[in-house]
Amino acid sequence: MLQEVANTMHKRPKLRLFALLTAPILWLVVAYLGALATLLINAFFTIDSFTGNVVQTFNFGNFQDMFSDAAYKNVVLRTLGIAGAVTVLCTILAIPMAFYMAKIAKPETQKILVALILTPLWASYLVKIYAWRTMLEPGNGVLDWLLGPIGFKSPGFGGPAIIIGLSYLWLPYMILPLYAGLSRLPSNLLDASGDLGAHNWYTFRRIILPLIFPSLVAGSMFTFSLSLGDYITATIIGGKLQMLGNVVYQNFSINLPFAATIATIPVTIMAIYLWMVRRTGALANL
Amino acid sequence: MGKVSRMSGQALVSIRALKRSFGDVRAVDGVDLDIREGEFLTLLGPSGSGKTTVLRMIAGFEKPDSGSITLAGKDVSQLPPYERDVNTVFQDYALFPHMDVLTNIEYGLRVKGVSKEERRAQALVALKQIRLEGYEDRKPAQLSGGQRQRVALARALVNKPSVLLLDEPLGALDLKLREQMQIELKALQREVGITFIFVTHDQEEALSMSDRIAIFNHGKIEQLGTPREIYDNPKSAFISEFVGQTNRIEIDGKKVNIRPEFVSISKSGTTGDRVVQGILRDEIFVGASTRYLVETNLGFSMISTQVENDLKIGDAVTLSWQKEREFLVQI
Repeated sequence: MLQEVANTMHKRPKLRLFALLTAPILWLVVAYLGALATLLINAFFTIDSFTGNVVQTFNFGNFQDMFSDAAYKNVVLRTLGIAGAVTVLCTILAIPMAFYMAKIAKPETQKILVALILTPLWASYLVKIYAWRTMLEPGNGVLDWLLGPIGFKSPGFGGPAIIIGLSYLWLPYMILPLYAGLSRLPSNLLDASGDLGAHNWYTFRRIILPLIFPSLVAGSMFTFSLSLGDYITATIIGGKLQMLGNVVYQNFSINLPFAATIATIPVTIMAIYLWMVRRTGALANL
Repeated sequence: MGKVSRMSGQALVSIRALKRSFGDVRAVDGVDLDIREGEFLTLLGPSGSGKTTVLRMIAGFEKPDSGSITLAGKDVSQLPPYERDVNTVFQDYALFPHMDVLTNIEYGLRVKGVSKEERRAQALVALKQIRLEGYEDRKPAQLSGGQRQRVALARALVNKPSVLLLDEPLGALDLKLREQMQIELKALQREVGITFIFVTHDQEEALSMSDRIAIFNHGKIEQLGTPREIYDNPKSAFISEFVGQTNRIEIDGKKVNIRPEFVSISKSGTTGDRVVQGILRDEIFVGASTRYLVETNLGFSMISTQVENDLKIGDAVTLSWQKEREFLVQI
């Protein structure tokens, strides 16, 4: 029986392709694009303010409301700022780490380090953020207890806490592509640069950075987009501070179309980001 | 040899008691070497003999465990690569893949802060020297192996270093191109007059290009001399076999060596004062020459490349050579 199926498949390449791709295509079209389309369509609907039901008439009212209210602009700018800061912080932390792993550590140490960097990804998101809540708790948190004696104070809950928490969460997504990129970079290019008179910093700017740029872009797509859509971290350690995700979440139950309208913002930002990245040519070498 | 006249300069590079271990492996185990200004010196040896490690220590990519490297009177052994007046041509060229040919060649000048017009002009001169005019906008990936090799050479030479280090630079090229590059490289060295330290495991390459050769074995220099000195008077059995071919035989209770090209085979006549009888056993065609294997009646086999016509395998033959061509080895 199994043999017959195998034989039929072997003779009919189209059937083979169909069997191979049905499930992923269904998933992509129905679950992924379908959800995105529903979101987009809903953004143009309104809500009956009396009954609370969605009125399915196409209009730009939600977008007018959103653009006319300065509060939303502030949330967008704040969210962009946080996502940007997280990406910068992750980059600054990840480059030396990835460089050490790829170019300095012995092969056995490399394997251990990769495992260690992956380990936090196995722990629950919520556990990690609540852990940070205990750490950052003003007054009696771990940070204040540990660093208080040397005059350091926890930033408390708010913007800096969100940036620290998100950077902690997404750091592995930046380290791993950079590690892969640096491993592919031939070490003798670094030797050659030094040989031609370049200091390490010059070599970093002129040789390493341009050559790992595609990896940097890959990592930043994770750190940036994951931060852009986050609302749980902001809820738990953000204090009163709100990110775009929080606004979507609050409107979800009371005004679904408006929540959809706001949700188009991060989607649009990511589309613009990808388009800009594409123009640099970084995606071609990924 | 006409080469001798070039070798009267002062020692430009002096290496003393140089040692370097990797784990338990003593890669370089006490090397002393003086390299004269303007000479073409080859570090020759099998892989793992320490020649590349010595080169990398001169360049500054490796730090010695002990010993010193003096360049033009200054101890450089603890300096980083960018503070040494040497440049390197790497085995696989190490061209910067994101830069075009001209930008690659300019790199060293740009680092030193040479103005844009000035460095462009110098790079174009270097490009002309390696006969790659018109290739300035190509990326390394768009070049052939031989062209990359030449760009790597130009990128190093444009800085006018006092010493150029070459780490098996012809190893990745095919035979034809390699022979052509050997000639070009030697001509280029004469033209620019820069001291070349050249690492190779190819003895023919070493013999044909070098003013002097340092033979490496187990992290030490086993012999240092001109190609002729080394070929005619190898100090050890290892060298006699590593450089050229040799017959190692025992005659009159004495172990001696004789190169195949000095042994002639004939039916009856002799051309030397040493004569051995034997039977022609095999003929090995290697292109330009043919090697003949003779089983002697003294119980050993010998190889010769000098033979009279009309001999067939199985013929009884006479081997003869001049005794003065024989050499002894110390170890």
